Amino acid sequence: MSEWETVIGLEIHTQLSTRSKLFSAASTQYGAEPNRQACGIDLALPGVLPVVNREAIRMAVMFGLAVGAKIRTPCVFARKNYFYPDLPRGYQISQYELPIVEGGSVDIELQDGSHRQIELTRAHLEEDAGKLLHEGYAGESAVDLNRAGVPLMEIVSEPQMRSPEEASAYMRTLHGIVTFLGICDGNMEQGSFRCDANISMRRQGEKELGVKVELKNINSFRFVERALRYEQQRQVDALESGKPIIQETRQYDPGTDRTRPMRIKEYADDYRYFPDPDLLPVVVDESIQAELAESLPELPQARRTRLIEQYALAADLAAVLVQSRQWADYFEATVGAGAGAATAARWITGEVFARMRKDSTELAEPPVSADSLAQLLKCIDSGVVSNSAAKEVLAAMWEGEGEAEEIIEARGLRQVGAGADLDQWIDQVIEAHPDEVEQYRGGKDRLLGFFVGQVMKASGGKADPKQVSEQLRTKLQSG
Amino acid sequence: MHEKTLLEQAQALRDEEVSSVELTRSYLKRIQAHDGSLNSFVTVTEAQALAQAEAADRARSAGEAGPLTGVPLAHKDIFCTRGVRTTCGSRMLDNFVSPYDATVVERLQAAGMVMLGKTNMDEFAMGSSNENSHYGPVHNPWDPERVPGGSSGGSAAAVAARLAPAATATDTGGSIRQPATFCGVTGLKPTYGRVSRFGMVAYASSLDQGGMLGVSAEDCAALLGTMAGFDSRDSTSVDHPVPDYQEELKQPIDGLSLGLPKEFFDDRLDARIRASVEEAVAAWEGQGAQLVEISLPNLPLATPAYYVIASAECSSNLARYDGVRYGHRCADPEGLEDLFCRSREEGFGAEVRRRIMIGTYALSAGYREAYYDRARRVRQLIRRDFQQAFEKVDAIAAPVSPVLPFKLGERTQDPVAMYLIDCYTIPVNLAGLPGLSLPARPVDGLPTGVQLIGNYFDEARLLGLGAAWQREADWHRQAPPGFA
Repeated sequence: MSEWETVIGLEIHTQLSTRSKLFSAASTQYGAEPNRQACGIDLALPGVLPVVNREAIRMAVMFGLAVGAKIRTPCVFARKNYFYPDLPRGYQISQYELPIVEGGSVDIELQDGSHRQIELTRAHLEEDAGKLLHEGYAGESAVDLNRAGVPLMEIVSEPQMRSPEEASAYMRTLHGIVTFLGICDGNMEQGSFRCDANISMRRQGEKELGVKVELKNINSFRFVERALRYEQQRQVDALESGKPIIQETRQYDPGTDRTRPMRIKEYADDYRYFPDPDLLPVVVDESIQAELAESLPELPQARRTRLIEQYALAADLAAVLVQSRQWADYFEATVGAGAGAATAARWITGEVFARMRKDSTELAEPPVSADSLAQLLKCIDSGVVSNSAAKEVLAAMWEGEGEAEEIIEARGLRQVGAGADLDQWIDQVIEAHPDEVEQYRGGKDRLLGFFVGQVMKASGGKADPKQVSEQLRTKLQSG
Repeated sequence: MHEKTLLEQAQALRDEEVSSVELTRSYLKRIQAHDGSLNSFVTVTEAQALAQAEAADRARSAGEAGPLTGVPLAHKDIFCTRGVRTTCGSRMLDNFVSPYDATVVERLQAAGMVMLGKTNMDEFAMGSSNENSHYGPVHNPWDPERVPGGSSGGSAAAVAARLAPAATATDTGGSIRQPATFCGVTGLKPTYGRVSRFGMVAYASSLDQGGMLGVSAEDCAALLGTMAGFDSRDSTSVDHPVPDYQEELKQPIDGLSLGLPKEFFDDRLDARIRASVEEAVAAWEGQGAQLVEISLPNLPLATPAYYVIASAECSSNLARYDGVRYGHRCADPEGLEDLFCRSREEGFGAEVRRRIMIGTYALSAGYREAYYDRARRVRQLIRRDFQQAFEKVDAIAAPVSPVLPFKLGERTQDPVAMYLIDCYTIPVNLAGLPGLSLPARPVDGLPTGVQLIGNYFDEARLLGLGAAWQREADWHRQAPPGFA
C-alpha cells in the first residue's frame, strides 16, 4: 500500500433546518403521511413559480462565513434537467456555475492529535427530490413528494484527504460546524447529513489524479471510513494486478462491509444546465453579511479550547462535550447553576449520555434541566448523597419524580451525618488530637483507624465510616 | 351593448342602463350564435359567468361596485382558473382542472369582472397563426378563410367579433400584438415583470408576459391598472408603482419624440401595410409629435436568438408534463421510459415537439456555448440598442407584422417562414419592453396595425399615444362585417 497515495474528496449534503422548503411554503417536517407536505409548487402544477427561501440563503451565508469562504453575490440558481418520477418539474433547481459559497477551509484533527487544513471548493444550495415507494402498491410504484423541495446545502471539498481516517475526521468536523451554526439538525439516520465520497489512487509522487470512484449516500462517520478503506484496498489490488479502475458510482453495504457498483437511476448524462429564468440572481447585501458575521456562534474547536481553559476540563471530556452544541450548552448551564465543572463533565458524559442512549432517539433533549442536574451534583460534591445513591436520584428525576432534594428526602437517601455536620465532627477530632495528627502526617498511616473511631464516636455512630475515612484522609493530607 | 367599448359598458352598468346579468347573457348568446364558425373559445363557463354577474349586480345594489364590476371578459386558456379546465390548447392538459387561480385571474375577479370562458390558442402559446391548437384552428372574423394570428388567436378573434368586450392574453414573441393586428383590435404587451406570471402556464419564462386585448387603448389602460403590480409569488415581477393609467392617458402628445427605426421598415414589409403605418405616424406628427429616424443595428439577429432562447426554456418548462401527476398519460405504459416517451409524444403536438427538440439541442453539452450562450449575448446587444434609442426618443413606432392575415394552411408547411413573421414583435420581448398594437387602415378589407414600443414601465405613454390617435381615427371601432 505504501507506494500508493490515496486521494479523497467529499461532497457533503446537509439538509438545512428551515421551516419551509427552498422554493415553496410547504413544511419540511420529517415523517408526515406521504404527500401531505407537498403544495402546488412542489407538485409542479402548470403555472406555478418558485420563490427562494431567504432563511436558506442566510444559512448558507453563515456557513460560508464560518469557514472563511467568499460569499458570491449575486449567485445564480440553475436548472439541472433530467426525467425521473421523484423530480416533479423535470429539473432540479440547483446552483452550477455561480454557487453562493466559494472556497474556505476547515481544520481537522486526527486521532494522534495532529492537524490538517482541508480546503473547500464550494458550497451551493439545491432542492431535494421526492422519493419512490415500492412496497405495498401491487407491483406498481408510488411517489411521495414530501421531501421534494427540501433545502440542501452541498459542501464540496478539494481532493485533499489522504486517508479514510482524514475523511471521517473531515466529515465530523463539518458536522460539528453545521450543527453549532444551527443550520442543520445533523440527524444522520434521517439523512439530514450524508456524503458522497470520491476516491482514487496514484503512485506516490505522481501529479496526475487516478481514475476516481464515487461512493454514494454514506450516512455515518464509521461507514465513510470503512467504505473508503475497502475501496482503497480494492483499487490497490486491481492496480497491482494490472486491471484498470472503472470510473463509476458504487454503494457501500455495511452488512458485508463491501462496495458494489450502483445502478444509475437517471436517464440523462447531460443535464443541460442553464440559469433558471424564474429566479433572479440572489444578491446578499454587505450589511446582511456583516450582521450574520456578528451573530456567528462559537464553533466546536474554539469552544473546546475555551472549555479546557475556563473549566480546567480534561481534553477528552471537552472533546466529547463539543460533539454537539446542545451538550456543550447543557454542560455550561449546569456549571452556571452551581455544579462543579469536573463533576458536571463526568456526569453528563457518563450517566446522562447513557440514559439518553437508552431512551433512544425519541428524546431531543434530556428531561432533567441543567438547573435540576446542578442541584443533584451539588449534593454529591457536598457529600449529601453518595455516588451510587445519586444515580438512583437521577433515575427518579429522569422519570419526573421531582427535584434532587425532594427525592433524596423522600427516599431517605441522605447520608446520615453527612454534609456540614460531618465536616464539623472531623474538624473537632483533628483539633482535639494534634499529636496524632502530627504522627499521621509523619507517616503513621495506621492512625487513620483511630481518627475514624473518634469521628464515629462524635457522630454517635450515625456517620458512614467509608465516607468518614475518605474525608479524613483528604483533610489530614491537606492540612 | 356589444358595440360599446369596455369602459362604455362599465358606464352603462353604473348608469343602470343594463345589469351585469343582462350584459353577460347577451355575450353568452353571441358566443353561442357565432363561435361555431370562429372556434375562439375552448370552454364557455356559462353557469359561473351568470353566478359572477349576479354577484356583481348584488355588489352594485349594495353600493360596493368598483369601476369594472360586472363587466365580462374572456381569459386565454393559458391562465389557470380554479375549478375550470385549463388546457393551454394542448391534448396534454385536456383533462387538467386547475386547483388554483392565476394572479391575473384573481385580480380581475376581485375587481368584480365576469369570466365568460377560456379562449383558444396555439398549443402552449407556440405559434403565429393559431393553427397549432389541439382544439382546432380559430378563424379570423374578418375572413374565415384566414388565420387570426397567434398564439392568442382565440382572444383576438373573440374581441374582434364582439364575443367579449376584452380578453386576457400573453405575449412571448408577439402573441398579443400580432393577433391584435390580424383581427383589428388593440393589444398591449406590458413591460416584462409588470404583470405577474404566477398561474400563467409557462412557455419561455424570461420572455412570457401577460397582457390584454381590447377594443380601445383606453380599455387596455383600465384593465392594466387592475392586472399590474408586484406579486410575491413571482420573483420576476417588479415592485414598481402602478400609475393611474386612465389619468395618464390625458398627457399631451405635443413635443414627444417618436423614433422610426429603419430596420423595421425594410423590404420584408408589405408596402400596403407600410402605408397604413405611415398614416398613423403622420397622425401623431399632426398632433405635435416629432419624428426621428433611428437605428437598431442588431435587430436582424433577433429572430434566430429568440428561437434559441425560447426553445431552450420551453424544453425545460415543459418537462413537468411527464404523465406522472396530472395531464395526459399514455395507456398501459411498459415501464418508466415508455410512460414518459409515449405520454409526451401523444400529449404534445408537432410544433411543441419541434421546439422541445430545438431547445434540448441548444442546451446540450458541446452546443450550449454556440447556441444558448451566444443567443443570450445577442439579447444583451438588442437590449442595449433599445436603451440607446430611448436616450434619443420617447417612444418608437413600427409595424407589427410584415404580412397581412394569411390563409389557413398557407404557411404550415414551412416553420421557418412562419417564425419570420414575428420579426417585428420578437425584439421587444428580448428587450423586455412594453409594446402596444393598434388597428390601422385596413388593406383590401383585412386589418393592419401599428406598433408602439416604449421604455421600461412606460405603458402609460404608449396608451396615451394610442388613445390620442383613436380619438381621431376610428379603425378600432370597426367590427368585422357580420359581427357588428
